[in-house]
Amino acid sequence: MTLTAEKQLEMLRSMQTIRRFEERASDDYREGAIYGVVHCYIGEEAVAVGVCAALNKDDQIISTHRGHGHCIAKGADLKRMMAELYGRETGYCKGKGGSMHIADFSIGMLGANGIVAGGIPIVTGAGLAAQLEGKGRVAVSFFGDGASNAGPFHESINIAATWKLPMLYVCENNLYAAGTAAADTLALGDVAARAAGYGIPGVVVDGNDVLAVYKAAEAAVARARAGEGPTLIECKTYRWRTHTERPGQTDPRPQDEIEAWQQKDPIKRLADNLMAQGLLSEEGWQKMDGEILAAIEQAVKFAEDSPFPDLEAALEDVFAE
Amino acid sequence: MRKISYAQAGMEALIEEMRRDATTFHLATSAPAELVDEFGPERVRATPIAEGAFTGLAIGAAGSGYRPIVSWGMVTFSFVAMDQIVNQAAKIHYMFGGQAKFPITFRASVGGGTKLAAQHSQSPYSMFMNLAGLKMVLPSTPYDMKGLLKSAIRDNNPVISFESSRLMGFEGEVPDEEYTVPLGVADTKRVGSDVTVVALAWLVHEALAAAEGLDKEGVSVEVIDPRTLVPMDHATIRASVQKTGRLVIADEAGPTAGASAEIAAVVTEDGETFSKMKAPVKRVCALHVPIPYSPGLEDHVFPNRDKIAAGVREVLTAG
Ligand SMILES: Cc1ncc(C[n+]2csc(CCOP(=O)(O)OP(=O)(O)O)c2C)c(N)n1
Ligand SMILES: [Mg+2]
Repeated sequence: MTLTAEKQLEMLRSMQTIRRFEERASDDYREGAIYGVVHCYIGEEAVAVGVCAALNKDDQIISTHRGHGHCIAKGADLKRMMAELYGRETGYCKGKGGSMHIADFSIGMLGANGIVAGGIPIVTGAGLAAQLEGKGRVAVSFFGDGASNAGPFHESINIAATWKLPMLYVCENNLYAAGTAAADTLALGDVAARAAGYGIPGVVVDGNDVLAVYKAAEAAVARARAGEGPTLIECKTYRWRTHTERPGQTDPRPQDEIEAWQQKDPIKRLADNLMAQGLLSEEGWQKMDGEILAAIEQAVKFAEDSPFPDLEAALEDVFAE
Repeated sequence: MRKISYAQAGMEALIEEMRRDATTFHLATSAPAELVDEFGPERVRATPIAEGAFTGLAIGAAGSGYRPIVSWGMVTFSFVAMDQIVNQAAKIHYMFGGQAKFPITFRASVGGGTKLAAQHSQSPYSMFMNLAGLKMVLPSTPYDMKGLLKSAIRDNNPVISFESSRLMGFEGEVPDEEYTVPLGVADTKRVGSDVTVVALAWLVHEALAAAEGLDKEGVSVEVIDPRTLVPMDHATIRASVQKTGRLVIADEAGPTAGASAEIAAVVTEDGETFSKMKAPVKRVCALHVPIPYSPGLEDHVFPNRDKIAAGVREVLTAG
């Protein structure tokens, strides 16, 4: 199916929102307004946006430690996200989670997760719930190349394949797990090749081409909704920044490799494409970017104006009522 | 004497022991450059993110004549390997009637103060203490870190080295000469006569700071650092409490079934010590909640020097 101009512009906006949000989060982290750790998704925006564009609001996703992109692509509120990063009471998790732990269950975003591969079984459980419910909902697991070597990935995908759960397993292969190259830890170059071992389709996609990601996700969603079981989609992509935003990290990646991938900017690619087709003007693009920056500015203001949690809140939410 | 950091002291222990014993090798999800440079990628391996598998690999290699050193990074990641730790490493020597030795050193950072939220701020050593068959240390200074880690590597059992993330950059004196710190021997970090504070890891330093302040109020505090959690040096702790008659225990972990509960029991179930106690035991621990992210909340949850000082005043007025 060819995508409408409107839908493509929406995808462009979503990708640029992720990028601008993280540029701001990174600055504010360095200035001390955001604490702990921030993992940026910049460079990989096409994966979250391409997949989530193929989903309905009630479909569910689970994220990783690098979670801002998945949140925004699924439709999370920038204000509550930024407030969470700022550790405020109005944040998604009331200031208890921070950057690595944003969730919005109301939009089917089951949470960022600090444990590599920790989310994969959980979202497979959401897939089981969707199957039990029988209303055609699907669930999506986002995870890294590093996570693809962990037991929970293999155990979950085998169960999903055997039970034909309505799942998408979306591997964001950015070629590195922190400082360790995927080439040193994966026996096969393609994570998707492992799908054969579980008897499900495995697809390799250019993860910097949002339209290609969308197409692959759309086919996998259709298969899942039809009760035919899971698909493993491997998106080849690259993170532009260091593993986390902490200054002074050693980064083993060669500079020319980083620069070569920056030439394959997924956002510029879609914007250029839309301009070449006459679906977007330079002014239109500037205007969109201005609107995004304004929304992020508002999110920061909301965060700054929000109070920190009361100290008594430390004891709340250990158990549900 | 020269000063080096807690983290660097750990690295020195590894380098010296890897030089000393060719059967040692290192497993972690990232290979430390300093070790790779000297020992090469054969002995210093970057593993996939598969903690369960590489923990088990260490057990198998240990039972086959090697002396692996496994760095889990944060203790958080060790939980992925719980079967291999709990069902396998802790029991394998006993269950098979002592047929083979399993000399393994596991390293894990613990603690909070980093604003990394619940999954990355944990001090769960008592979960492991509750198992029979694992030794474990918890150093508070660079000197102890190096000496204990060297003893751990030489020990013929699985030993977990819990290391405080708050202390990684902390500098202290470490001699150039070779030394070890034996497992199972507590250290009196400060001599005093009115109250004993048994403190763990980072809280040793908070207790020492509290003791300085209390000294000005005319209160003399003794600070005991167990250093090894299993086997724990009961004699030193009991002797101190027999002298002072009052005990405060400071731990960054929560109180419930914690190391602090074990220390309280070690003291109070000994008749000779109990008979000399002048006040109930006071524990100064974290609140029993997962650790929150927001900085004010995080600080609120953890113990510190002021809370230790308040605990000391409490046991002084209690009896
Ligand atoms: C079980 C576990 N082990 C180790 C870590 C430490 N860690 C955090 S992110 C990371 C790398 C993850 O790589 P990948 O899955 O490829 O995701 P990416 O960071 O590249 O997006 C590691 C090792 C962790 N969080 N969880
Ligand atoms: Mg990766």
